[in-house]
Amino acid sequence: MNMQTASRLSLILLLAPLVLWLLVLIILPHVDMFLVSVHEKIAPRVYEYSTANYAAFFTEPLYWNTFMRTAMMSIMATALTLVIGFPVSYYIAKMLRGRFKNFLFLLCLVPFWVSELVRTFGWMILLRESGVISGLLQSLGLASQPIEMLYNDATIMVGLVYTSMLFMVVPLVSTLDSLDDSLVEAGYDLGGNAFTVLRKIIIPHAMPGIVSGCIVVFMLTLGNYLTPVLLGGKDSMWFTQMIYTQFITRFNWELGAAFGFLLLALSSLIVWSGLKLSRQTLTEAVG
Amino acid sequence: MIPSIPQPLSFRAAYGAYVALFFVYLVMPLIVVAVFAFNDSMFPSLPWGGFTLDWFFNPTEPRLGLFHDRRLLSGIWTSFYIACWVTVLSVSVGINNAFLFERREFPLKNLCYMLMLLPLVIPGVILGISILVFSSTIANFLETTIGLDLEFLRPSTFLVVMGQFSFISTITTLIIAARLRKFDTDLEEAAQSLGASKLAAIWTVTIPYLKPAIIGAAIVSFLMSFENFNTTLMLVGSDQPLTIAMYSRLREGSTPELNALSLLLMAVSGGLALLSVFVQRDRN
Repeated sequence: MNMQTASRLSLILLLAPLVLWLLVLIILPHVDMFLVSVHEKIAPRVYEYSTANYAAFFTEPLYWNTFMRTAMMSIMATALTLVIGFPVSYYIAKMLRGRFKNFLFLLCLVPFWVSELVRTFGWMILLRESGVISGLLQSLGLASQPIEMLYNDATIMVGLVYTSMLFMVVPLVSTLDSLDDSLVEAGYDLGGNAFTVLRKIIIPHAMPGIVSGCIVVFMLTLGNYLTPVLLGGKDSMWFTQMIYTQFITRFNWELGAAFGFLLLALSSLIVWSGLKLSRQTLTEAVG
Repeated sequence: MIPSIPQPLSFRAAYGAYVALFFVYLVMPLIVVAVFAFNDSMFPSLPWGGFTLDWFFNPTEPRLGLFHDRRLLSGIWTSFYIACWVTVLSVSVGINNAFLFERREFPLKNLCYMLMLLPLVIPGVILGISILVFSSTIANFLETTIGLDLEFLRPSTFLVVMGQFSFISTITTLIIAARLRKFDTDLEEAAQSLGASKLAAIWTVTIPYLKPAIIGAAIVSFLMSFENFNTTLMLVGSDQPLTIAMYSRLREGSTPELNALSLLLMAVSGGLALLSVFVQRDRN
């Protein structure tokens, strides 16, 4: 066996797992899901090509509203995560030094190591009618009776921001860390105030981190299931819940697959436009 | 807004207070979960009923403790079993992909790299349902054409492993490739010029160098698999992994037994997190 055949053979051996993985678990399933979504059941075990599932989505207000609501709340959660997380990331990256800095950064990662189920459970204990916060307010005399804080949109938002925070803080801290202090000093020397320095120097420098943080947070929020269902209760109206209902409860896979495809399309569209806006490629943003 | 530029004291104090508040927000849910594991009451909520270890050790209903609850223990076992498979598979594929992308040139390499990243931007629920749909298509096809009924292609532990593997592999690939990129190939060549074969050089020089990244990737994939919910929910068969079992308990409303379980999970994942930090430090 000469060198060239050996090299080609080893390349094929290295490529095989990758191709198998992507083809069997990613590409073909999505193609198949699309094919199922453009079918309609006309009799038991008889299916026909049709766009009825997509038509149902656009004509049935419940589906459409849930979809828009999920998208809007995800955008809001992403924005809130950025606004809340940015000052903290800046503080960790630029105001602190040494051990304490590393410690606080690691502390930000803690919730990531704990299952989302446990975190959501924690919020339920805090916010329910017989929960810690309600009890605290009563003992402080700020409330005269137990307050139910679960099962509304604000609670869903608190949970979503909490769950996503890590994915915003990590990219932000690492881009802000690379900002040279002398650039900030130069901004002040040239007569800038805190606001202009933030707008002209710090934010442009942090842009790649902001974009990759927002993309990941948006995508995770859109696809979240646990937080809206557990904190929002029955009427949380989250789109993933609707997909689950169609697949598992109603056993209407055709409609469920159409929903899945629409969610995937929305998520891809947002990821793509985020990358275009910041002139990055997917490889740079997540790789 | 950096330490070398003076800021009014009030601003510094307010900024520090904000960051402190943020960390309270971050740890508060975890602390209450842990504290209520010891609540001597039927519910994980106020009023505080005193301290007890019943939710860990009590052997009888209605105050069944975690270590005597067969359903939850079997959930832990199922999750452990799934996580082991996912870890082995995705770390192996990760090592393989790292060598492929860092060492080799081939047509459509950029396209392949992008496709490899794709699972990270597909919501977990969608990964789950697409694999569910595809495996059912195959199963139905085999059943109608050759009358072969393959049970594992219906919702089952096998499909859960496949579903989790489909996106965890991307993460292991990224972790291991990042380390391989920093490797000085001269070392491998030196081993070869000292008489080692190519494979022996990789095995004795490169793989030991990659070890911290491999261990780190293994810990991350084990935890991600153990804690996964979205993809698992769509593919789960009759054996419920822990997250699914916990979820249905949580919806029913539960005793502080769930807090005990959560505390146990936090302790284990905290330990693994420390271990991975320790391994990463070896890297520098």
